[in-house]
Amino acid sequence: MSPELAATTEPVVAQLSTTELAEPTVVFDVRELDVYYGEFRAVRDVNLQVHQHEITAFIGPSGCGKSTVLRCFDRMNDLIESARVEGKILYHGVDLYDPRIDPVEVRKRIGMVFQKPNPFPKSIYDNIAFGPRLSGNKGNLDDIVEQALRRAALWDEVKDRLKKSAMGLSGGQQQRLCIARAIAVEPEVILMDEPCSALDPIATARIEDLMQELKSDYTILIVTHNMQQAARVSDRTAFFTTEVNSESDTRTGVLVEFDSTDKIFSAPSDERTENYVTGRFG
Amino acid sequence: MTDLLSPDVERLLLDATTSRSRRVKNRLASIWMVGALLVALVPLTLVIGYVLFKGLGQLSLAWFTEDLPTITRKAGGGMGPAIVGTLLITFVAALMAVPLGILGAIYLHEYGGKGRTARLIRFMADVMTGVPSIVMGLFVYTVWTLTFGLNGFGGSLALGCLMLPIIIRTTEEMLRLVPDELRQASYALGNRKWRTILTVVLPAAFGGITSGVMIAIARAAGETAPLVFTIGAARNLNLNIFQGPMTALSVQIFGNAQTPFEAAQARAWGAALTLVGIVFAMTILARVVSSRVARRHSA
Amino acid sequence: MTLLLQDDGVAPHGGGDVSSLLEPTSGRRGDSAFKAVALIAGLAVLAILGLIAYSTTKEAWPAFKQEGFGFITSSTWIPAENKFGALAFIYGTVLSSLIALVLAVPVSLGIALYANEAAPRRLRKPVVYVMDLLAAIPSVVYGLWGIIVLAPAIQPVYKAISGAVGDIPVLGWFFNGESGRSYMTAGIILAIMITPIITSLSREVIATVPSAQREAAYGMGATRWEMIRAAVLPWSRGGIVGSVMLGLGRAMGETIAVALVIGSQAKITTHLFDAGDSMAAVIVNQFGEASGTHRAALIGLGVVLFGVTIIVNVSARGIVSRFDRRSQGA
Repeated sequence: MSPELAATTEPVVAQLSTTELAEPTVVFDVRELDVYYGEFRAVRDVNLQVHQHEITAFIGPSGCGKSTVLRCFDRMNDLIESARVEGKILYHGVDLYDPRIDPVEVRKRIGMVFQKPNPFPKSIYDNIAFGPRLSGNKGNLDDIVEQALRRAALWDEVKDRLKKSAMGLSGGQQQRLCIARAIAVEPEVILMDEPCSALDPIATARIEDLMQELKSDYTILIVTHNMQQAARVSDRTAFFTTEVNSESDTRTGVLVEFDSTDKIFSAPSDERTENYVTGRFG
Repeated sequence: MTDLLSPDVERLLLDATTSRSRRVKNRLASIWMVGALLVALVPLTLVIGYVLFKGLGQLSLAWFTEDLPTITRKAGGGMGPAIVGTLLITFVAALMAVPLGILGAIYLHEYGGKGRTARLIRFMADVMTGVPSIVMGLFVYTVWTLTFGLNGFGGSLALGCLMLPIIIRTTEEMLRLVPDELRQASYALGNRKWRTILTVVLPAAFGGITSGVMIAIARAAGETAPLVFTIGAARNLNLNIFQGPMTALSVQIFGNAQTPFEAAQARAWGAALTLVGIVFAMTILARVVSSRVARRHSA
Repeated sequence: MTLLLQDDGVAPHGGGDVSSLLEPTSGRRGDSAFKAVALIAGLAVLAILGLIAYSTTKEAWPAFKQEGFGFITSSTWIPAENKFGALAFIYGTVLSSLIALVLAVPVSLGIALYANEAAPRRLRKPVVYVMDLLAAIPSVVYGLWGIIVLAPAIQPVYKAISGAVGDIPVLGWFFNGESGRSYMTAGIILAIMITPIITSLSREVIATVPSAQREAAYGMGATRWEMIRAAVLPWSRGGIVGSVMLGLGRAMGETIAVALVIGSQAKITTHLFDAGDSMAAVIVNQFGEASGTHRAALIGLGVVLFGVTIIVNVSARGIVSRFDRRSQGA
């Protein structure tokens, strides 16, 4: 980590109190991030830091831009033609929006799991092997597939049907398959965009357990509309909300507060956060 | 008063008091609809019936293997060169039109979207499906046959031009059915767009594209007019598509149908049965492929 | 977990190699190259259409130059005397296509309505299959059946009709003549061929009628026919007109079947049971022995045919797409 990074003196909207947590490596340092869709500003002034081997949760009411911010971390927003990003996301000190950066290379290091399980209509094996094959992996594909499935706690359920279509799996299994597929590319970070919103409680619990296990090796960012989930799994939480722009009648997302999850849920420093986590709002 | 009644009651009342003419009109409309279907079935049955009835007698081993007879009005000989010609000319046409059409559709759906260029190409592809096949034949005559002479490849060019817009439009429809989540999943794994298209999008749309392509090929295989000007007339087997005249089943049907000779007309029926068999087989195969792939993916 | 990491292949990236992110990658060029190839493939459509217009017009030019507007206003077509007026063929194309429309539209609409509105659910698919089969039969096979079976069989019918009404004014203008191979026979064969096209296109259009419209009509106590007239037809009128026009375009360009059954006589007559000729049929029948200006004139017929079908298709597509926008906007 560069000394320049450590000495962050810029004003941050939400002051960070990291006293209760050890000070691990900063993976992402987000500075003054604004996201626009055309002329419309969807999110403004996001400042936060993501630490290695932690789970960082983004919570907030719908439309607050938490998914939009998440998609900036692997530059998936680039796929939307009108989307534009201002500010910086430093990844180990390198700005992800530096013009020299190839978004495709970013996505190889930063994996993503989506709201709706989206396995390819191929076999289970081919789904996992998809990423490694892309990068021309010469290693033993069978081993990579097995290890990825084991890490995603899916191996025992599918080891006898690797050549069967992934579409035949249950929703929860499909989502774990998608996690395994992301792991197989050997990323450092895994982004999860409401990964359990399409799943039943039992499948959700399995994914949450899995996240705890993966934490020791990966840095995880999760967007969730489920406050209990954020409280259960995450180390730090960022609370977003929406502001109504009176003149244009549009809504812009803002980061209200970013802190350790304990603090957000027990003693938030912003009234809006308190209203939200106690269920009085949203 | 009717305001107080629920629609159902109102309907019952109306039915009861419906003037006879309303009911009669409804009945007449039903008769028209069913009658229309029966009217359409008559030519279908007659044509297929005649083709089977008159064509079956022609089929034998020699029919498929032997060259065309030198004297048209006498029986004998086979249809070998025409069968091979139809298959070969259509195959080469597909070889050109299928990749071009699929790539064009990829441009329309994956790159062009709602942009001006894509809209223009889409519209012109629609217009191109309406170009009469005889015009395609004349076109190929002017750009190919005048320079390179009569040969099978001219026919392939004309048939390829007929297939191209159909393949583009059906493939685009199939690409539209591929959920965007799959593309996103692929991008998120660090896959580039072009590889995403080749490794995720096209495989996911494979069944639909195959079936659309096969229907386009089947239709082209039955075309006659574009071949008449371009492939010439041959009695013997010619496997070289770039050199010398060839013949095809459709051309044989057309030629023999115009003669007054029994034997020639019989050959026309036999060729018709063979051609219809090829076309139907491809059409049915297309349906099987698309439904089988659909089932595998939904499982 | 950590133990496992050391010997399996799935080790997460460390943070150490981020500098390589800034190194230029070659992969981006692959993307633009592929896009360019796909664009070129798409542009092939425009290129082919342009080339069709250019090269056929160029080859036809000697005939156009010699005849001027006479090419489409004169009906004298005598190759031996180097006279090429195509009016009779244009007339034949239009007349045979109109007969086909008059016969095919009621049948196609009836089937489309039946398949979408009236047929029992288990019959709907088979109806569609039957139409697919009808569409799959090559036109030359219809022509073969038309010349060998239909034309001789229907000739006595023509004779009887023209004998009965031939002397009556108005009816006699049309229902006259006694040639088995005639405008009427060509019209019938064309009608058989365009019925599946009009049916399947209008079926797609009718399928877009929202069920709320139907329920509203039924809710008012309408019979099925009244529902169709009140809800289905107004909603889908534009699309149906468009599909009929696409059928017309197809009928005008059809060559082989018409060439076999129209009778091949260049004359302008209102008698539907008389032999005539059409543009496409003349091209295919005379091309083999044509050369010089004669061949240019035949290619010129192709140019005219191309122009007319383009106009018909463009207006049909225009109607259909305007209709599409409306139904999506609603």
